[in-house]
Amino acid sequence: MKKLKVGDLKKIRDKVQKTTNLRKSQSRAVITVHMGTCGIAAGSRQILTRIMAILEKKKIDDVLVTTSGCAGFCSREPMITVEVKGEPPVKYGDLTEQRIDKIISQHIIQGNLVKEFVLALGSERTY
Amino acid sequence: MEHRLHLLVCAGTGCVANRSFQIKQKLEQEIIKNGLQDEVKVISTGCQGFCERGPVVIVKPGDIFYQQVKETDIPLLVEEHLLKGRPVKKLMYKPSGKEPPVQKMMDIGFFKHQRLIVLKNRGRLDPENIDEYIGFDGYLAMEKALATMTPEQIIEEIKKSGLRGRGGAGFPTGLKWEFCRKAKGNLKYLVCNADEGDPGAFMDRSILESDPHLVLEGIIIGAIAIGASKGFIYVRSEYPLAVKRVKIAIEQAQDYGLLGDNILGTDFSFSLDVIQGAGAFVCGEETALIASIQGQVGRPRPRPPYPAESGLWGNPTNINNVETWANIPGIIQKGSQWYSSIGTENSKGTKIFSLVGKINNTGLVEVPMGITLREIIYEIGGGIPNKKEFKAVQTGGPSGGCLPKQMLDLSIDYDSLTKAGSIMGSGGMIVMDEDTCMVDLAKYFLKFTVEESCGKCTPCRVGTRNMVDILEKICSGQATLDDLDKLEFLAKTVKSTALCGLGQTAPNPVLTTLRYFRDEYISHIVDKYCPALVCRDLIEFYVIPEKCTGCQRCVSVCPTGAITGPRSQPHNLDKDKCIKCRACYEICRFDAIAGDAIRIKSGEEA
Ligand SMILES: Cc1cc2nc3c(=O)[nH]c(=O)nc-3n(C[C@H](O)[C@H](O)[C@H](O)COP(=O)(O)O)c2cc1C
Repeated sequence: MKKLKVGDLKKIRDKVQKTTNLRKSQSRAVITVHMGTCGIAAGSRQILTRIMAILEKKKIDDVLVTTSGCAGFCSREPMITVEVKGEPPVKYGDLTEQRIDKIISQHIIQGNLVKEFVLALGSERTY
Repeated sequence: MEHRLHLLVCAGTGCVANRSFQIKQKLEQEIIKNGLQDEVKVISTGCQGFCERGPVVIVKPGDIFYQQVKETDIPLLVEEHLLKGRPVKKLMYKPSGKEPPVQKMMDIGFFKHQRLIVLKNRGRLDPENIDEYIGFDGYLAMEKALATMTPEQIIEEIKKSGLRGRGGAGFPTGLKWEFCRKAKGNLKYLVCNADEGDPGAFMDRSILESDPHLVLEGIIIGAIAIGASKGFIYVRSEYPLAVKRVKIAIEQAQDYGLLGDNILGTDFSFSLDVIQGAGAFVCGEETALIASIQGQVGRPRPRPPYPAESGLWGNPTNINNVETWANIPGIIQKGSQWYSSIGTENSKGTKIFSLVGKINNTGLVEVPMGITLREIIYEIGGGIPNKKEFKAVQTGGPSGGCLPKQMLDLSIDYDSLTKAGSIMGSGGMIVMDEDTCMVDLAKYFLKFTVEESCGKCTPCRVGTRNMVDILEKICSGQATLDDLDKLEFLAKTVKSTALCGLGQTAPNPVLTTLRYFRDEYISHIVDKYCPALVCRDLIEFYVIPEKCTGCQRCVSVCPTGAITGPRSQPHNLDKDKCIKCRACYEICRFDAIAGDAIRIKSGEEA
């Protein structure tokens, strides 16, 4: 093992932070993939894998990816919800891997909605 | 993206005993079965603190808190939560029978009121992986100290922070360092005191298990400031997991050049070793500890000279407690001003307590100085189980004192606790309910000190034993009021004449119970009555015939055949055969049909 010099610690930290950020609860945005039985049947598993692969490729480490149950609009699965901090959640439906690429580069990276795939803005009212 | 979920499985001693290693294995198997291995990572962490509810698993991001997880729960957990994103309610914490389960860690009272400085990495990193520690800004404080600060500046920063020793006495840490830096001698030593002899205390063990690199970093910063070249971590060998993790940490730090010769390429060198003690309480006392490291019998010697002047092999030596060392990196990194903004006028920062005894949420808690006993016991600890009344809390272990209900709003800081007759000590906090006899309690703690006394000085060797004899007389109803005076006199004498802290503090449980619960002593002596119905010689068991349904549960548990009687008829309890083991009493209350047909009486009633 090569001994470290002053300044080397920060390099290790920055490398490791890619993984540890997940535990710091600091994120700019959350992408939720809806994984009810309907979603899984429609291919949400591939959607999830695709999202993770693109984030990895583009070195985006401040976006969290989670899963949740069926969003209730089963005919439009696979669906995801994108929540950028400080903005209302956006639901996208009828997703394919190509559409995911576009949503990540336009919405997550540039901050613009991909209007043609948007199903709904905001979420239902709850008690 | 490497993984979307991290599962943090507690691998502190408590959870390991509850099979957390097997749970981790099972999780990994199930994750592979569901094809999630590229998305979910399982990490072993140090103690999360909520040992009562172990084994504990936390899912990040989101901080979903799962408790008392069994291997059989894992398939459901993996499919429902990890795959489908539906957190599993049945594994969540439920505050009490009727309340709904709590999903998020931070919404659980036990965690909500804590403030973490020392334990900030508990349960969020793998203690056996130095890269994870560095990923959470680890060793950057040390780098800062080494590359940008002079030793005097480091000491000044620690002085200004107001940090006081967490090992018991509360001596200002910066001042201690300054003494040792200024002491004459080329060879200087550092010691990390991880002897932790207080019964029921496990703060230091937990720090070492969950974040060993934090302690190492603190020690290395101390070495830079003091100019020490060699250090020892003195751990009791009853802490195998802590020993193992510290040794791994030292090795990793050596590999990275953070310990050893020319640290980080500078001309500063410092090495660190682990010494395992045999676990005698007195070996936590600094001069006895030094003797023990030198291979001599662990007995204290009078001070001065203090270790800062003449410690290990006659060289200047600086000893600090594990928790003290663990506070250092944060102070250097964030500055003394940040640190001193937390706490009270004379007690800065946070303190870790091991909360045990008659309390709903047993565990390890880190709280800001100045918090009240009430907040710790009721808001964090969740109060007293089985609807019992709070009676007293012992702080500072066997060297500390017992504080009653009137003191619940006492601010927890060095000075308030001392004024109340107790001490901060190292952070043991034992909660007692109405079923605890205060005389019996004082006897219990004193017996501990009698056994742990090294025998070197007379007040401690003979004085404490005489005190126990008197306490035994009181508990058996044979004492007079004169004995009570004698007890108090002895207590004060031992306190002021013993050689080391062990003897000087041993009378504290007696003195505080005399101060706050004198009535109970008088009851035992004058009325031959034990109000908590504990002292065997003063109590008697009997059956209430009108209540007894003759279910025979007590007959079957009585070890001496003292209870007899045919089924469905009130039973008979033979007082001569009864050894007062309480078995019948307990079973009647919890298992029998009648409920409480067996009662205990004491004193006049008996
Ligand atoms: C009987 C006795 C037992 C002690 N046990 C411990 C112990 O287990 N751990 C500890 O850090 N200090 C213990 N101390 C206190 C040490 O003597 C010493 O004050 C302390 O390690 C200094 O570190 P600090 O300034 O960081 O608190 C004990 C003292 C006495 C008298």
